Amino acid sequence: MLFDLLRGKVKVNDFLPTKSATKKKDTCGCGKTSGSCQSKSKPKDGYEQVMNKKMNRRASFSAITKGLLTGAGMAQAACSTTSSSEDRRQSQLKWEEYFKKNYQLMTPDEKQATVERLTALYEKRTGKHVNIGTEEARENVLYGYAFNISKCQGYMDCVNACVEENNQDRSTQMQYIRIHEIENGQLSFEDAEDTFFHEVPAEGHFYMGTQCYHCENPPCVDVCPVGATWQEEDGIVVIDYDWCIGCRYCMAACPYDGRRFNWKEPEVPEEEVNLVQHYLGNRMRKKGVMEKCTFCIQRSRNGKNPACVEACPTGARVFGNLLDPDSEIRWVLENKKVFRLKEELGTEPKFWYFMD
Amino acid sequence: MGQIRAFGRFFKGGLNAAIRGNTAYHLWMGVLTLLMLAATYAYSIQIKEGLIVTGMNDRISWGLYISNFTFLVGVAAAAVMLILPTYILKDINFKHAVLIGEGLAVAALLMCLAFVVIDLGGPVRAWHLIPVIGYFNFPDSMLAWDVIVLNGYLFLNITIPLYILFCHFKGIEPNKKIYLPGVFISVFWAVGIHLVTAFLYAGLPARPFWNSSLLGPRFLASAFAAGPALIILILEFIRKHTDFKVPNTTLRKIAMIVTVAAQINLIMLFSELFKEFYAPTHHSQSAIYLFFGLEGNNSLVPWIWTGIIFNVVATVMLTVHFIRQNFTYLTLACGLLFIGIWIEKGLGLIVPGFIPGPWGKIVEYQPSWVEIIITVGVWALGAFVFTILAKVAIAIETGRLRDTP
Repeated sequence: MLFDLLRGKVKVNDFLPTKSATKKKDTCGCGKTSGSCQSKSKPKDGYEQVMNKKMNRRASFSAITKGLLTGAGMAQAACSTTSSSEDRRQSQLKWEEYFKKNYQLMTPDEKQATVERLTALYEKRTGKHVNIGTEEARENVLYGYAFNISKCQGYMDCVNACVEENNQDRSTQMQYIRIHEIENGQLSFEDAEDTFFHEVPAEGHFYMGTQCYHCENPPCVDVCPVGATWQEEDGIVVIDYDWCIGCRYCMAACPYDGRRFNWKEPEVPEEEVNLVQHYLGNRMRKKGVMEKCTFCIQRSRNGKNPACVEACPTGARVFGNLLDPDSEIRWVLENKKVFRLKEELGTEPKFWYFMD
Repeated sequence: MGQIRAFGRFFKGGLNAAIRGNTAYHLWMGVLTLLMLAATYAYSIQIKEGLIVTGMNDRISWGLYISNFTFLVGVAAAAVMLILPTYILKDINFKHAVLIGEGLAVAALLMCLAFVVIDLGGPVRAWHLIPVIGYFNFPDSMLAWDVIVLNGYLFLNITIPLYILFCHFKGIEPNKKIYLPGVFISVFWAVGIHLVTAFLYAGLPARPFWNSSLLGPRFLASAFAAGPALIILILEFIRKHTDFKVPNTTLRKIAMIVTVAAQINLIMLFSELFKEFYAPTHHSQSAIYLFFGLEGNNSLVPWIWTGIIFNVVATVMLTVHFIRQNFTYLTLACGLLFIGIWIEKGLGLIVPGFIPGPWGKIVEYQPSWVEIIITVGVWALGAFVFTILAKVAIAIETGRLRDTP
C-alpha cells in the first residue's frame, strides 16, 4: 500500500510543475527586497512596465478590480474626519485584507504583502511582534504519521501540547486530537469514550488517538465550494482561514472527525499565544472559519517534529518523511504490521496504527 | 423607449396592487413583517456572537437551517409539475395554476438562498463564491453546482412569468418563440436543482445515512408530492378569497400528481427501511437512532413517527378515490402530506446523518431559540414575497390591472 502511494506521488510530481518552480524569487523591478537588482536585462521604465504589461483578460480584470478596491479603501479611509492617521492606516489594511485573494492564487509578493499587513494589525492590537511564515513545501518530502497503540497510555500530553502550539480556542476547549479509550477485547470505536476524566491508564483499556489523517485522497478538499482547503505538495491538507466562508461542508465530508469549526470568536490569553506561526498553520483564526491539524506546519516545514510527537511521554507517536528511506516512519511501515482506519472509503490516510 | 415606459407602468401598477388590500391582507403582511423583524434581530445576535448561539456544534454541524434549505429546494422544483403540462403538453387545465406555481418557486428559492447564507460562518466572505472574482471550485464541489443551479432556476422562474405577465398587462399574446425555450430549460433545470441537492449529501461516503443511490430519486418523489400539495392548499385559498377562478378540474389534476408522487415516495421509504432493518449493519445506526433511539437518546423518535404517520395517512386518503374528490378531505390530506414530508426530509434527514459521529459518539441536536426565530422569519420572508407575487399576478390575470398608456 505504501509503495503504491509512493509510486503515485512520484508520478504526480513528474507531471505537475512543483510549487518551488513557481516560488522562484522574481523581485526585479519591484524593489521589494533588500540588495540591489541583479538583473542583466535592460530595465523598462515605469510607464512601459505599467502600460505595456502583457496580460490576459482574467489578469487584467483582476488588476482593474484590485485598483478599484484599493482606491475605494483609500477613499473610505481618507474621508473619515474623526480618526487619526494611525486608525486610517489600520482601516486601509483591514480593507485590503478583506479583498485579498485565495492563498493558492497569490504570487510570492502578494503573500509577503498579506503577511506584512497581518503582522502590522497584530502589532497594533497587542503591541507584540508575530512571526508569520510562508515556507513552501520542501522538495521530495511527503509527510506521514504512525501511532503505536501498545505504547499510548492516554496521558493526553499530546492534546495539551497541540492546543498550546496551535493557538486553539481555549473558551470552547477546541482540540484537534481525540484520544479514545477502548475496552480490551475489541477494536471498535462504538463503545469507546473520547471524553474521560479519570486516572489513566484505566484497567482493561487501551488508547487510540485520532486527528486529521492528511488523506492522499481527501474528501474534504473536493467538497469545498471556494477552494479554501487543499493538499500541499508535502501532503499536508491546509486551510486558508481568510478564504473559508464557513459552510462546514468539509466537516460533513470528513469520515475521521478531523475538522473543527470556530463557533465563536476564538480566545487565547495574550501571554499564551505562540508567536511563531505559519500562514497555513497556527496563526490566529477568527469566528466562523474551519481549522484543523496541519502536522504543525510551522514546525514540520522547519525540520521539527509536530508538537504532539515531541510531547508524547511514551514515544507512541512517529512522524517523518515517507520519501526518505532512512526515516523512522519508513522503518515502522516496513517492519511493523500496520493498518489504517476506514480504508474502505478510499481516502488513503497517511496515518497508520501499529502494535509492538 | 416605449417598452421601458410600459415596464415602468407595469412596475407601478404591480406595486399599487401589492400595497392595497383589505384589513385581513394588511394584518397578514404586518404579522409577516413583525416575524421578519424578530428574525433580523435574532440574526444580528448570531452575527455578533457567531454560530455558537445555535444548537449546532462540532458533532452536529448542520441543523435547522440546512434542513429547511433541503426541503425548500424540493418545493421550488415542484413548479415543474405545473410548467410541463401547461406549456409543453398544452393541458389547458393547468393554465390557471402555473403562474402561482412559478411564484411559489421564486419564494422558495429566495428562502433557500437565505438559509444557505444564514448558515455560513462568514457571510461577509460569501463573495468568494461568485465565479471569476471569487474562487469557484467547479466541478468538484457539489455545493458549487448548487449555487449555479439554484441561481439559474431563480433567473428562469423570474423572467418567464415576468414576460408573460407583462404581455398580459399590455393586453397582447406572449410570443411563444421567446418564452418556450426558457420553459424547456426550466423543466430539466427543476429536476437538476433537486438532484444536485441530493448529490450534495449522497456524495459523502463519510455519512452512510446519506450515502445512498436512492436519495436523489426519493428527493424528487417527495418534492413532487410536497410542492404540488402546497400549491393545492394555496389555490384553494385563492379561489375562496379572491375573484381568481380556479376550476375543480385543475385541483383534481394536481391532486392526481400529488397522489402518484406520494405513493412512489412511500415505496422508496419502505425499501430504505427494509434495507436498514432487515439486516442491520454498522451503517444502519443512524436509521436506528432516528426511528427507535440509540442508547437512550431518542429525541427524534416521536418527531419522525409523527412525520411517517402523516405521510401514510395522507397517502391513503389521496389514494382512495372518493376521499380525494372531496375538497375538504383533499385539503386535509395535502396539509398532512406537506408537514409529513417537511419532517421526514428536514430534520429527519439532516440530523441523523451526524448521529452517531464518525467515531461512534452520540450527541443530540436541539435547535436554539435564535435558530428557531430566524427560521420562522425566513419562512415569513417566503410567504411575504409569495403573497406579493401572487397578488400582482392575480390582478393581471383577472384583468383588473391593465396597461393604460
